[in-house]
Amino acid sequence: MELEKFYYDNKIVKNFAFATIIWGFVGMLVGLTAAIQLIWPVFNFDLPYTTYGRIRPLHTNAVIFAFVGNGIFMGVYYSLQRLTKARMFSDLLSSINFWGWQLIIVSAVITLPLGMTSGKEYAELEWVIDIAITLLWVVFGINMMGTIIKRREKHLYVAIWFYIATFVTVAVLHIVNSFELPVSLFKSYSVYAGVQDALVQWWYGHNAVAFFLTTPYLGLMYYFVPKAANRPVYSYRLSIIHFWSLIFLYIWAGPHHLLYTALPDWAQSLGTVFSIMLIAPSWGGMINGLLTLRGAWDKVRESIVLKFMVVAVTAYGMATFEGPMLSLKNVNAISHFTDWTIAHVHIGALGWNGFLTFGMLYWLIPRIFRTELHSKKLAGFHFWIGTIGILFYAIPLYWAGFAQSLMWKEFTDDGFLKYPNFLETLTQIIPMYRLRVVGGSLYLIGVIVMMYNLFKTAGAGKLLANEEAEAPALIKQSVIHNPGEHWHRKLERKPMIMLIASLIVILIGGIVEMVPTFLIKSNIPTISSVKPYTPLELEGRDIYIREGCYNCHSQMVRPFRSETERYGEYSKAGEFVYDHPFQWGSKRTGPDLHRIGGKYPDSWHFNHMEDPTTMSPGSLMPPYPWLIEDELNISDLPAKIRAMQTLGVPYPQGYDQQAAGDLKKQAEAITANLAKDGIEIMSDREIIAMIAYLQRLGTDIKAEPKTANK
Amino acid sequence: MKFINYLTTISDIEIFPMISLITFFVFFILVGIKVSMMDKKTIEETENLPLENDKKVY
Repeated sequence: MELEKFYYDNKIVKNFAFATIIWGFVGMLVGLTAAIQLIWPVFNFDLPYTTYGRIRPLHTNAVIFAFVGNGIFMGVYYSLQRLTKARMFSDLLSSINFWGWQLIIVSAVITLPLGMTSGKEYAELEWVIDIAITLLWVVFGINMMGTIIKRREKHLYVAIWFYIATFVTVAVLHIVNSFELPVSLFKSYSVYAGVQDALVQWWYGHNAVAFFLTTPYLGLMYYFVPKAANRPVYSYRLSIIHFWSLIFLYIWAGPHHLLYTALPDWAQSLGTVFSIMLIAPSWGGMINGLLTLRGAWDKVRESIVLKFMVVAVTAYGMATFEGPMLSLKNVNAISHFTDWTIAHVHIGALGWNGFLTFGMLYWLIPRIFRTELHSKKLAGFHFWIGTIGILFYAIPLYWAGFAQSLMWKEFTDDGFLKYPNFLETLTQIIPMYRLRVVGGSLYLIGVIVMMYNLFKTAGAGKLLANEEAEAPALIKQSVIHNPGEHWHRKLERKPMIMLIASLIVILIGGIVEMVPTFLIKSNIPTISSVKPYTPLELEGRDIYIREGCYNCHSQMVRPFRSETERYGEYSKAGEFVYDHPFQWGSKRTGPDLHRIGGKYPDSWHFNHMEDPTTMSPGSLMPPYPWLIEDELNISDLPAKIRAMQTLGVPYPQGYDQQAAGDLKKQAEAITANLAKDGIEIMSDREIIAMIAYLQRLGTDIKAEPKTANK
Repeated sequence: MKFINYLTTISDIEIFPMISLITFFVFFILVGIKVSMMDKKTIEETENLPLENDKKVY
């Protein structure tokens, strides 16, 4: 049999590996900063760019897309070449993939602190960058599918299936969720509003977890765990069932992020049912990973790589058991909006993604640099300090979440809230926030030790940029064996069938959930008294989005007595019909704001924004002095009004030209109101718009408490 | 208003859950059959793919 000689591209793997290490460090450092800000607000530095509301999106985006994203590319570019016995399809595309991705990350690092955000969690990047991501993802797809098609191995190993499903689904999720109408180069509005926007966003948010943080990493698990253990996966049959059931079920589960919200009941139930079913494939995958080590557990004691991977897979199992539990309505009633969720996602991020990445790095770097790991001792240290770090991070936050939720819900014997002041429930859990900082620091120290260890290793070795390999050409070989059969066609067909089959499977769930919510008008009962925002309120809302207020404040009063007592009437679907994008939020570090309108005088908001501790002593909210200093930029106002009209918000025709006049009138009224309380300020400052928006929030329904269609 | 009211406005709605259930059922049965009928040799070849070309380079 004629052997073809070819070379694996290790240089691209090295590039992605270094990017993974560096961005991982950056993302975690930003996360630690955010955690510290939640204890000492002084670390917001009184600068717009470094406030928590802008830092947290930077942290989440950096960890998900920069750290894990580069980790995916690193692992895929390494394993795909070897599983297909072929070099990557195109070195140029590999290069574009690498540099383009880094460029996107850098643009995120610049735009997010500048407050350029779409206001949708984990999809904050603005439309220009969204388009760049789409193009880059296509480059990755072509490069991957091209490699698979020109492969020298007939069988497609299951890891490749996971890669294909990842490619297809992330493309669909990203495109559907990023439909936005540009107003200017760095400002756009989501085309969806309110409930629909929430449904799309959490369909995306949940499946970003599924198809960016899970399926590619499962593929990597199926490659690297057998590799590190030097034995095949426990059950290949199980891996196939794992694959199909996982991608089939995951896509339905998004609505479990919206339990007890204004989302229609049926969609909530659907989300719960599919979340529970998800335990089966998730645990099937975990068991398959762990049982690969059956009879070889002694290797775990020896191999640092396996140590990291075993903890990673265990963390995956814990997180995927906890997830379905959290989607039970009665559990969710307690956990939602609390730090419980934060603890849950960090089991996934620090344990599953982090530790699997570290395992891969400790395995890869010595191999492609053709040397031994610099220090096994340091790697062992990293393992233990990382593991302890995860525990110190998660356990206090579970405690904090549970405790705070109980405080929110506690009534006195006389039927009043025991902790009517929200802040009291927050200050009680600050000790837990301190422990979280300890946990995060330990974890980060481990990462720094790893950086030193791996860079030392790389320095001691020499990169084998092009690794020689030999394999018989598949097409020629098949033609000899089966003359007349068009084997090359079949080879091309197989991965394409996989691609299309995955696409169909993931589309079913999305369509079933979204189509009724979009088509059946009665799913969102309209409320006649709900009117579009005034121009000033709209500008104020954009400031609210820019400052990332949704990172700490929800706008969704759930129908519990403990919430209606604290905040007021529960939120209705029809109240959000003009909210492009929705701002329901997912975490309450501060109180819910949906019924804040009219609760306090304008002067309260002014003083509170200037220095929150004057109004709420002990508050952890950062001060926003620049809102008082900076002039409100209304140059885009006509464009914004026109954009809203395009999206179906019923401003009268030609209103874009009158909007500025109306804005000034309303601003002067608020300024006059402030003057009565002794606050002198010009009417063209940003704070005025912010006050206008906050005072409007949730008030429409008070004009006419009955819904038109109920 | 309960969701059932919105559902009843779709014509032939009764068939929807049946279609979902059948699709679901058939899909998993097919995957199950396909997996159980897979050729043992193919499985063995495939599952050993990650372990191939593992020349120790250093």
